[in-house]
Amino acid sequence: MDIASAQYYNDLQGNQLGIRIVIGTEIMDVPLDPANRHYVEIMRQVEAGELTIQDAN
Amino acid sequence: MALSTIKTASITDDAVTTPKVSDGVFNAHRNLIINGAMQVAQRGTSSATSGYQTVDRWNAAFGGSGAAVTQSQESLSSSDAPYALGLRNYHRSTVTGTSTDTGAYHQILQYVEAQNMAQSGWNLTSTSSYITLSFWVRSSVAGTYAFYFESMDGTQQSYSHAFTISANTWTKVTKTIPGNSNITINNDNGHGLLFDIVAHFGTDYTTASSTEDAWKTFDGTDVSKDYPQNWLNTSGATFDFTGVQLEVGETATPFEHRSYGDELRRCQRYYYETTDYIRYMSQGPVGSQAWEWIDLPVTMRAQPTGTVYGSPNEADVGKASQDGGDKETLSLYQSPFVLGLLCSNSTSGQNLQFWKIKVDAEL
Repeated sequence: MDIASAQYYNDLQGNQLGIRIVIGTEIMDVPLDPANRHYVEIMRQVEAGELTIQDAN
Repeated sequence: MALSTIKTASITDDAVTTPKVSDGVFNAHRNLIINGAMQVAQRGTSSATSGYQTVDRWNAAFGGSGAAVTQSQESLSSSDAPYALGLRNYHRSTVTGTSTDTGAYHQILQYVEAQNMAQSGWNLTSTSSYITLSFWVRSSVAGTYAFYFESMDGTQQSYSHAFTISANTWTKVTKTIPGNSNITINNDNGHGLLFDIVAHFGTDYTTASSTEDAWKTFDGTDVSKDYPQNWLNTSGATFDFTGVQLEVGETATPFEHRSYGDELRRCQRYYYETTDYIRYMSQGPVGSQAWEWIDLPVTMRAQPTGTVYGSPNEADVGKASQDGGDKETLSLYQSPFVLGLLCSNSTSGQNLQFWKIKVDAEL
């Protein structure tokens, strides 16, 4: 999964709600759910030093 | 006596006993594979991209230097052998970029959700309890191919089986597989059992003496025996399959036909997308907020990844729009049951619109 960028987004209270990722021309909002395959892959790439998740705006 | 003259009263009490009734009567919902007839293709019918792109639940993956494969949903014709059995679609892979890379591969796979396997009735740790796989396959390149199963919990175990087919000829493959004491499949919503049909493996994944037809600890460098026919280095080669059925027991029964609606609902546990049509968001309690909650048609396997499109034809990703003008960024609230859309700092007020949503909870 070739993730070009990743950034947290928050709920109205400022809590982390998910991660917005860009893959090619696709933009996807990924929940913080260990059962979600995209979240698992994001965390794998982060642990491997291949990806950094930017803080929410 | 003519059948038309038989009435309930004509049948003696206790004359119809269980052994006299065909096993098929009791075998509804026996196929553990979803969309085995390749009926449902929510994402589209053709794609040159690897992964979940066309036929629901089937991940058509390829890799290796130079390798390129187009995956598609195709229609069977009346001259195709599976057609006479009620099948109407098949999954096709076509080589569009050749590769001699030892790491090249093309495989089409489906993960059976763990709890569906755990509760199937297969006593998976018993060598006297069986599952049976059957499917139809055709390739433009004659040769010996393989499929394999892989258990995904605990120490992963795999079981490969080779089959030989002639060029351009539909062939039915059937294999009965016992349980094994090393197999673990949890009773949860994770990966349970992988079914993987392999059109091509470079030698990075195979050995000449690989053990077949037996469970073994999974080794990614020794999944199956070598692939001599080199399918992925044959420009324009095709690999087709359909009618995939995995059932508990030692017998391959006729394919379990499901209605399109039944199969679609099963698929939507893993993927769902709406039609491309205008939808409006509701004004929130705060003037700058707009909300919308969308019930999902079935409970999804997990919290899904979501993509929202703010304009027709999948434009303005992750945004809402107002009359095709202002674009406002959306945030998604995901659960397996409902999807929430929030625009928290709208400057354009109410009547924000979005057009399409895709949600993905695939394994």
